[in-house]
Amino acid sequence: MTLAKFNLRTAILLGSILIGASPALAETVLHRGNAGEPQTLDQAHTSINIEEFILKDLYEGLTIYDASGKIVPGTAESWDLSDDGLVYTFKLRADAKWSDGSPVTAEDFAFSLKRVEDPKTAAGYANILFPIKNAEKVNKGEVPLDQLGVKAVDEKTLEITLERPTPFFLELLAHQTALPVSKASVEKNGADFVKPGVMVSNGAYKLVAHTPNDTLTTEKNPSYWDAANVKIDKVIFYPIDDQAASVRRFEAKEMDLAYNFSADQIDRLKKAYGEQVHVSSALATYYYAFDTRQEPYSDVRVRRALSMAVDRDFLAKDIYSGSQLPSYSMVPFGMAGYEPGKADFADMSQLDREDEALKLMKEAGYGEGGKPLKIEIRYNTNPNHERVATAVADMWKNTFGAEVSLVNLDVSSHYAYLQEGGKFNVARAGWTADYADAENFLALSVGSNKTFNYGHFENAEFDGLMKKSYEEIDPTKRAKILHDAETLLMKEQPIAPFLSQAELWLVSDRVKGWQDNAANQHLSKFLSIAE
Amino acid sequence: MISFVLRRLASAVPTLFIVVTISFFLMRFAPGGPFNLERPLPPQTMANLMATYHLDQPLWNQYVAYIGNAVTGDFGPSYIYKDNTVAELIGKGLPYSMELGFYALMLALIGGVLTGTIAALRQNSALDFAIMSISTIGVTVPNFVVGPVLTLIFAITLAWVPAGSWGDGSLRFLILPMIALALPQLAVFARLTRGSMIEALHTDHIRTARAYGLPARTVVITHAMRAAMLPVVSYLAPCAAALLTGSAVVETIFTIPGVGRYFVLGAINRDYTLVMGTVVLVAIFVIVFNLLVDILYGLLDPRVRHD
Repeated sequence: MTLAKFNLRTAILLGSILIGASPALAETVLHRGNAGEPQTLDQAHTSINIEEFILKDLYEGLTIYDASGKIVPGTAESWDLSDDGLVYTFKLRADAKWSDGSPVTAEDFAFSLKRVEDPKTAAGYANILFPIKNAEKVNKGEVPLDQLGVKAVDEKTLEITLERPTPFFLELLAHQTALPVSKASVEKNGADFVKPGVMVSNGAYKLVAHTPNDTLTTEKNPSYWDAANVKIDKVIFYPIDDQAASVRRFEAKEMDLAYNFSADQIDRLKKAYGEQVHVSSALATYYYAFDTRQEPYSDVRVRRALSMAVDRDFLAKDIYSGSQLPSYSMVPFGMAGYEPGKADFADMSQLDREDEALKLMKEAGYGEGGKPLKIEIRYNTNPNHERVATAVADMWKNTFGAEVSLVNLDVSSHYAYLQEGGKFNVARAGWTADYADAENFLALSVGSNKTFNYGHFENAEFDGLMKKSYEEIDPTKRAKILHDAETLLMKEQPIAPFLSQAELWLVSDRVKGWQDNAANQHLSKFLSIAE
Repeated sequence: MISFVLRRLASAVPTLFIVVTISFFLMRFAPGGPFNLERPLPPQTMANLMATYHLDQPLWNQYVAYIGNAVTGDFGPSYIYKDNTVAELIGKGLPYSMELGFYALMLALIGGVLTGTIAALRQNSALDFAIMSISTIGVTVPNFVVGPVLTLIFAITLAWVPAGSWGDGSLRFLILPMIALALPQLAVFARLTRGSMIEALHTDHIRTARAYGLPARTVVITHAMRAAMLPVVSYLAPCAAALLTGSAVVETIFTIPGVGRYFVLGAINRDYTLVMGTVVLVAIFVIVFNLLVDILYGLLDPRVRHD
């Protein structure tokens, strides 16, 4: 009897030891929440970061972002840049292979880049690679496709010629639009090359299954050159667009990562999950644009006064619970090698700003005692944007006695109106960096930019500085020129930056290797799972 | 009967045609288009996209082309979910929505009729009052409240069931969305049943049946129920069409991969073809279920005969 009991106990003990030891053999799975269903898995059509997270696990570009958000070699093991800054020569890794075992060739990359610029492809982000020689002309159908500045010199050597020196070109190559496709697969399967069972990819993972709005499952790609260092066997993406649902799935421990949640949850989640809540600064700016084509917004004094009267600390703390940071520059902080050119009122106290604002507004002849100030704020429908607009309206009312009305439209209508040159008073807009370079933010306000320069701001000096920045090869001198351009822009305030946005992630403590970074790059290959 | 069904199906064709035509043009009155995103596209890219999807053609030509393709079952590519055609998206999502919707419909129908009948038989009792109060709550509390509350209690606090997803499609995964989806409809069925059952119990033929000394159970189930079911059956058609084509709210809250979300996403994103696809889908469901209900009506009510 005693013996039997003992045996049973031993058996249980042994069993538990065995089970305890088995995770070494068991498959490790990362349950990765993603903030919505990808609209496409085609490099040429992708535009949003929920697609980027998936695509960058599946494919590897010439350059990639490491876990800290720094550019490092990807499928290209090295590269040279010609002295005039115009010709990049990339050497591909000898052991770079597609998931079907075939080698990744320079021709695959040349084919992929041509495919993106081909007007027939109608790629949404074709313009991001316009620094490549003739890319814009090819995309407009002005010159034939074979004139694009990309050339496969031999199987593993790719030469890319640029239109003009582009100091941030290696960043552009890490964008998901520049990810390669397998030429053989696309030629054979056409538009179906993105489907599970058909897709051939060269990244750390390969596509296994995809049920729209349910799950997208990837598995470790054994053909990947660095497969030995990929620690997670399977990554399941959960496309959840409802932020509250996403948090619930994380809380129920069904997901290890949740991306984007409602800012008003931050305090509660921090209390409950502590270090698992990640709030990191992002390369994204929340701003209001003034329509500089019409009175009174054509007057720099009015623009400056309105901008100064906005208490950004209030917006950041009270509306966004600290999930956004007050901002006085168009380019957010955290951009490597660049010091943002802040507005001259950035270091004043809010009270001093309001005094100054009142003075300026009086000079311009508006507000109490002057011409009446009637302002309409346009924004895209969203509870947070509404709260911001309401607060700003209140600040303008209190400071200048302005009569402020709010108009909101859904995202499509709002931006369609602004893009098509519709007149307005003040309009909300946001900008998230395509690549970590100040130029990406500042080019929005160039006079010739008819699409993004909503307020139709025209300033020859600013445009001149921007033009000069494109011609400057020396990175330090170039950064200085951009800084000067931004300082000028912030003095003129055709756009009033309010906040720089933050990325919000819930990262389970099972997940190791996670690093917050402003580029918001989190390849699964740099992560691991600890039980 | 067969000629009735054939006649109804024939009349469905012009109905569908009118629905499609009105929706097609109404959709185009909305400002913006499928490619007006928060991040505006450069004019050249926009032009390339518009040309690829033939959106640069005159509206009338687009309409004729759409109808021509739709007749052959080709509802075009989705502008937003670019890797899929509208038919593929609906084809992949509909089985999930229909399965979940069917369970919810059964739960609502059986639960509603049962509680409604009990309330009618115990009219003005505490039980009746309780059932009617709960059903009022069921109708008035929206499922975007019920869903998260159910999840908080049963998935996060008690951890009995998952917080969402279709999973393996077992009851564990589907029970919460099923309840959230069924609850408002269950309440409607309960109220309809109670009302018509009370009325039926007071009719002459029930009094006669009772006078014959038939057992109470036979009177209620065989005789009263049949008359009481008429309003319930009428409501069945719109209810089934709504539940089986998925709910944007419930599918979003519980992350169910059905078609419900496409109604909302399609409209917000100006995904013209996807909106048209969902409109056609619902129109077909409404037409088919109305037909089924009319047939059922004929079986239940001897005064209604389809010749």
